[in-house]
Amino acid sequence: MKSDSLIRIALGAYLLIFFSYLLGPLVVMSLTAFNSSSFPSVSPWACFTFEWFDVLFNDRHIREGIYYSIIIGIGTVILSVSMGLAASIVLTQVWPRLRSTYYTMIIAPILIPGVVLGISTLVFWDRLGGFLGATEGSVLHGLFHNGLFLTILGQSSFIASYAMLVFVARLQRFDTGLTEAALDLGATHTQAFRKILLPFMRPAIASAAVLAFLASFENYNTTTFTIIDYKTLTTVLAQKVRLGINPSISSLAFIIIVLTIFAALTLEATQSHKRRREAVAQGRMKPAGKSILPSFMRGNIAAIICVLLAFVVIFMVTTAQSYSPEMCKAEVREARQLEIQERIEALNAARAEREATEEPTSTVTDEQAPASSGAFGGVFDPGNLSTDTAEPEAETTAPAGGSGAFGNAFDPGNLETED
Amino acid sequence: MSSGVAVNLEDIWIRFGDFVAVRDANVNINGGDFFSFLGPSGCGKTTILRAVSGFLDPSEGRVLIGGKDMAGIGPNKRPTALIFQNLALFPLMKVWENISFSMEVAGIGAKERRKRADELLDMIALEGQGDKLPSELSGGQKQRVAIARALCANPDVLLLDEPLSALDLKLRQHMRTELREIQKRVGITFIYITHDQGEALTMSDNVAVMKAGVIDQIDSGHNIYDHPATPFVASFVGENNVFRGKIKSINGNEAIVSTNRSGDLLSRIAPAQLGNLNVGDDAMMFIRPEVLKLGPAEESSKSTISADVMNEEFEGNTFSVFLEGDGGKSIKMSVPNAGQDHISSRGENLSLHYDPSNAVVMPAGELASE
Repeated sequence: MKSDSLIRIALGAYLLIFFSYLLGPLVVMSLTAFNSSSFPSVSPWACFTFEWFDVLFNDRHIREGIYYSIIIGIGTVILSVSMGLAASIVLTQVWPRLRSTYYTMIIAPILIPGVVLGISTLVFWDRLGGFLGATEGSVLHGLFHNGLFLTILGQSSFIASYAMLVFVARLQRFDTGLTEAALDLGATHTQAFRKILLPFMRPAIASAAVLAFLASFENYNTTTFTIIDYKTLTTVLAQKVRLGINPSISSLAFIIIVLTIFAALTLEATQSHKRRREAVAQGRMKPAGKSILPSFMRGNIAAIICVLLAFVVIFMVTTAQSYSPEMCKAEVREARQLEIQERIEALNAARAEREATEEPTSTVTDEQAPASSGAFGGVFDPGNLSTDTAEPEAETTAPAGGSGAFGNAFDPGNLETED
Repeated sequence: MSSGVAVNLEDIWIRFGDFVAVRDANVNINGGDFFSFLGPSGCGKTTILRAVSGFLDPSEGRVLIGGKDMAGIGPNKRPTALIFQNLALFPLMKVWENISFSMEVAGIGAKERRKRADELLDMIALEGQGDKLPSELSGGQKQRVAIARALCANPDVLLLDEPLSALDLKLRQHMRTELREIQKRVGITFIYITHDQGEALTMSDNVAVMKAGVIDQIDSGHNIYDHPATPFVASFVGENNVFRGKIKSINGNEAIVSTNRSGDLLSRIAPAQLGNLNVGDDAMMFIRPEVLKLGPAEESSKSTISADVMNEEFEGNTFSVFLEGDGGKSIKMSVPNAGQDHISSRGENLSLHYDPSNAVVMPAGELASE
């Protein structure tokens, strides 16, 4: 059929465009993490390097940001999962005529802008502290002005609603007869909840927890108001963007992307393995024949990709320990300098020719910009250090750590050079 | 095993807002009885069961179990166990964990629970299936697990809410006998809810027939079939032909009904309605299809019905002949299959007779809807 294949081609093209729209930015961003150019870019490609991972792991602000993001994430998961579960159970118990009103109320925080939630959290707890007579320096005042406390509460106020939506979907499939059966068999209400409802909700609790953690981890709007003197990964990154970014952010993005893909593949692989085992047990499928692959990977594409990805990552980390792009960088730097030299000469020649005065500053900035963008070009030129203020850490740690990309993070000697 | 304990419902009213689900129910169930509530869906029989098990409190009246007033005692404290319509087996627990759940919540160790569960599995003929999940069992097996789970709690009264309705016909018939066997073996009181008269009649010692929240009749299955108290019971339990008319004369426990279509007919008065019928009253007379015989009565025209054949159906063991009756409804007659090709032909006028002692007449009332 001609029209059939035409449709297929059109569909393929559409999918291609769709996925490049979805994944293209991620691919480009990941690539910039390996370019030695000091501004995240793919072209012109300078040198293949792991140094930005090095920079990333040596950045105290990012490390602290991740640390606090995780703490806040855990706190938010605990708080919003329990609040969401309670809210969803109430929804099933509440008087039917009140149900839609209650639902709207519970869902409202999702619709309220995060900025508003952030400011109102800040204001509310400040006023509440004042109302309770908490004076400056008291424990209560300290708690109500603690960035972690406020951020967990502020984020939970709307993440709990997301969690509730997940629970409501699962609860709709719950047969309340099961609770009644448990009660009828002598269970107390607590036992019925713990032994019947909770196990039933377990998958929903797991997905709500993951959802809550991710929502908390990536939240900026609310966090930026409530975090006060702490920092999270998002606030650190936002600050960096304001001050000018370098590809260490790309390397962080790359790590997150790889971890996500890895987690997704692992999940898919284990589930596919489980499905397969069940199918074999029920006789719907023949067990896989002899193969060089271990049984877990048989007929399990996700598992195979997962293992391959793991090999790639291990390979990358080990090469990063030994691979040194210094030669390439030196060449690039030389080429740059040559180019600059030529341009200066050309300019001088033009000036001499025209005998007209040119703005001297233009040559100076021209000369400076490549020097700092040559990343490690400055390493061997101590005079350059003073001119580079944008990335002091990048410049100072590299010579100390030498070539090992990840190794630097664990090099105690580096700690002193930081900050 | 605990022996049977009596259950008494005294003047029970159950209301949901303005809706009266159960109206003045008085039921006395003897200890060790197999007692059924029979009625169409929505008649309030499940509501009564929930009141006995403790999931709802009657608006008025008392529930007594073993002579003890159950007011304010929750379902988990009552000596009852309920088998749900959909069985409500815990899907995430293994079969043996399901069965021994009542012991688990009582804090009994796993070893002892497993032992008891295995005993009960033996009893329901599911040896060695304890480690399966309920979803891996067939319908009848799930049924038996639900029974075992309820029995494991050592209840004094077992409540069953249409537990067989989800099964196919063959299995349903098999489970009827099995349930009856189990009841005899454990000797506890069974209260059974069903809309299937076959189940109620085969299994029960006594049956209560309900209609729209009201109990019309409580009696043995045999009596309910042969001596219905109300037009509803007569038309709901089994098949029945109804003849409407007025009472022409009354002689002891017999009356002559002048029917709208079939002339004067003689009938026995329903025992429960003796004294409630007077000459000239609107009445309904019921004759079961299997009571009607071909040919005119020899002694009296007062037990002969003449009607035109509308239709005939072959049903295997019987032929069903449908004749023109009053009010657009047909008269059905069952004739045993004795190898005939057919009984009648369409449009043929047939004379049928019956034994007046097998017919019942009672004051006109509401019939069960088809």
